[in-house]
Amino acid sequence: METRRVWKSDCFRRIFSLIRKESLQAVRDPSTILIAFILPIILLFLFAYAVSLDVRQIRIGVVLENDTPEATELAAAFGATRYFAVTPARHRHEVAQMVVSGELRGFIAIPQDFDARLSANTSSAAIQVITDGVSPNTANFISGYAQGVLGNWNAARLSRIGWESPPVISLEPRFWFNPEIESRRFLVPGAIAIVMTIIGTMLTALVVAREWERGTYEAIISTPIGRIEILLGKLLPYFGLGMGATVCCTILATTLFDVPLRGSWLALLSLSGCFLVPALGQGLMISTLTKNQFVAAQAALFSGFLPAFMLSGFLYEIDSMPILLQMITRIVPASYFVANLQTVFLTGDIWPQFFRGMAAMLAVGAVFFTITAAKTHKRLDL
Amino acid sequence: MTRLKAQIIKELLCLLRDPKSRVILILPPLMQLLIFSYAATLEVSNVDMVLLNQDSGQWSQEVIAQISAGSFIGSIETLAGPDELRQAIDERKAVIALHFQPDFSRNLLADKAAAIQVLLDGRRANTAQIALRYLNSIVSRVNEEIQPSITAVMPKAEIRHWFNPNLNYQWFIVPALVGTLAMTSSLIVCALSIARERELGTFDQLLVSPAKPLEIIIGKMVPALIVGSGLGCVMIGAGVFIFSIPFTGSLALVLGSLVTFILSVVGIGLMISSICATQQQAILGTFSIIVPLILLSGFATPVENMPEVLQIVAEANPLKHFLVIVQGSFLKGLSAEMVFASVWPMLIIFSVTFSLAVAFIKGRLQ
Repeated sequence: METRRVWKSDCFRRIFSLIRKESLQAVRDPSTILIAFILPIILLFLFAYAVSLDVRQIRIGVVLENDTPEATELAAAFGATRYFAVTPARHRHEVAQMVVSGELRGFIAIPQDFDARLSANTSSAAIQVITDGVSPNTANFISGYAQGVLGNWNAARLSRIGWESPPVISLEPRFWFNPEIESRRFLVPGAIAIVMTIIGTMLTALVVAREWERGTYEAIISTPIGRIEILLGKLLPYFGLGMGATVCCTILATTLFDVPLRGSWLALLSLSGCFLVPALGQGLMISTLTKNQFVAAQAALFSGFLPAFMLSGFLYEIDSMPILLQMITRIVPASYFVANLQTVFLTGDIWPQFFRGMAAMLAVGAVFFTITAAKTHKRLDL
Repeated sequence: MTRLKAQIIKELLCLLRDPKSRVILILPPLMQLLIFSYAATLEVSNVDMVLLNQDSGQWSQEVIAQISAGSFIGSIETLAGPDELRQAIDERKAVIALHFQPDFSRNLLADKAAAIQVLLDGRRANTAQIALRYLNSIVSRVNEEIQPSITAVMPKAEIRHWFNPNLNYQWFIVPALVGTLAMTSSLIVCALSIARERELGTFDQLLVSPAKPLEIIIGKMVPALIVGSGLGCVMIGAGVFIFSIPFTGSLALVLGSLVTFILSVVGIGLMISSICATQQQAILGTFSIIVPLILLSGFATPVENMPEVLQIVAEANPLKHFLVIVQGSFLKGLSAEMVFASVWPMLIIFSVTFSLAVAFIKGRLQ
């Protein structure tokens, strides 16, 4: 009984001193501060301002080959919307070259016989919309908005000449949680997942790989400390760093970037805590398998950061990916974290969704830790 | 010259001797190209939708039938009440929820306008917006069935997408990945090269050897240049032969600008490497620069959507210029003149970063 108590307190003392050593090491290196506090700020700023799916002021040309009032009015309608920044022209070849060079993303041609095409009961198109297919998303937006402008202009024209539209079906769209449809609202919460991946996976992978590379891991192994204690001592400081970064990011997101936090801090922090388990586990696994900083860095980049960026549903919709890739996203912990973060920020506490996400993240984490444990031997392989 | 040659051979051996490094240099970027080219799509398919139909007339059925036939729909679930509608959106079970009011068909029969309420998940606003556009075109088709007279007065727009008629997203993303992945690999190789020697203490030995600082630096640059350009070439080849993307520009010009691009990236890598004392600092420094480089390049979202200030900052980003060249050369048959317009900014970036790196390293000598 007595010995057991001594053992227990020893265990805590050992873990505590390891945590202390790791924390000091982390705090003393300026690159840790860079990655844990400065990079998140830069990243959030970039995701709030640089990465924008909101299309405004797309540069297009409007070629007016015809001077009738109707045609001029339509050209003016294109200039009036906030979606387009219009370069006027009289001939197609003036703007066609600018589309090739990338100065314009497309142009709209109002042909010479526009009035005839409008009045006659023809099936021929009234206007032509040319887009630069090199950026497909912008091209899609141009064709969509151009048709919208044409439709609105036409409705105004018809009502002026007294033609009454027959009753038709219309759609009444309402965007929940994000009525202004600002991409920042869902990108900034997603960016927190990227920041946490960098801190959790990248930093841990490097730190532990360095110990292997320098041989100091062997030095730790030769002390009386146990395997689990080493893991806890190594990981807890980075867990703390990750949680600290979450809090900082959230405060920034809500104060500077105008993202609401509709859910509770409890939900946010428990989600972050659950995400850090697979993130740290992945970092540890990488470093244990590679034992080399260069290889660990590349591996963390290609298996941690890039998947969190590309396969998490943060920028690219998972449902639209091929089935095989959808299955791969299931083992990317960031995919659960991004979806849940967007919910906790924009919707509120939807606990059933959170519990599913947390369970999935913990399960992925368990796999990483099991692999790591199987590969960590508390002995020297010589 | 022999000194330089020896230096280069030593650096290449350092990089390629270890089998793990060899594999990690070549395999992951190529795998990423395959995976991400299918993942990165802003096209919308497989949209999950829920439906609340309180209308018993024929028109709601007609609209639903047309929508179900839409190729972008993944699943449609019919719900019993408004509460379930809210829950389905809240829990992200559906991106779109359609709600037909009880008087929907009755209104249409009585010659009144009828509206369908569409609730969209703002957390996935981009997907929702595109899906809404598809819904709109389906509804206008139904409207033309109900009221053939509107077809006659509705002017049509003929839409043509130049260079990529079907708006195949892979034609956009594969060339963009060529630049991004080649940059990532060469930047890490280069940034770690000096930092590793410094961490191990062998950099001082190098400095006291007969090799001149410039020779040391060139020796450090060559492996990264070879890795980056080699990967870039292989990936351009993959774009042409695996993804069958039309390559309409000049291959010689693209390869020339690829080397210039990697040079400018290597310049950035050297600069990071020369100020970092340990590998960890170099890796984290590289990382802090890679992310902004990718985000400000037009890879994720177009540069023109960004605020003015950031558009100016993006001019100092070699990836931004290279993406213009590589995407333009694949699809637009970019002329030599236009290629040069994007090459010279990269040359400036290279000369600035390279001189700074040389200055840092020489400064350390004194």
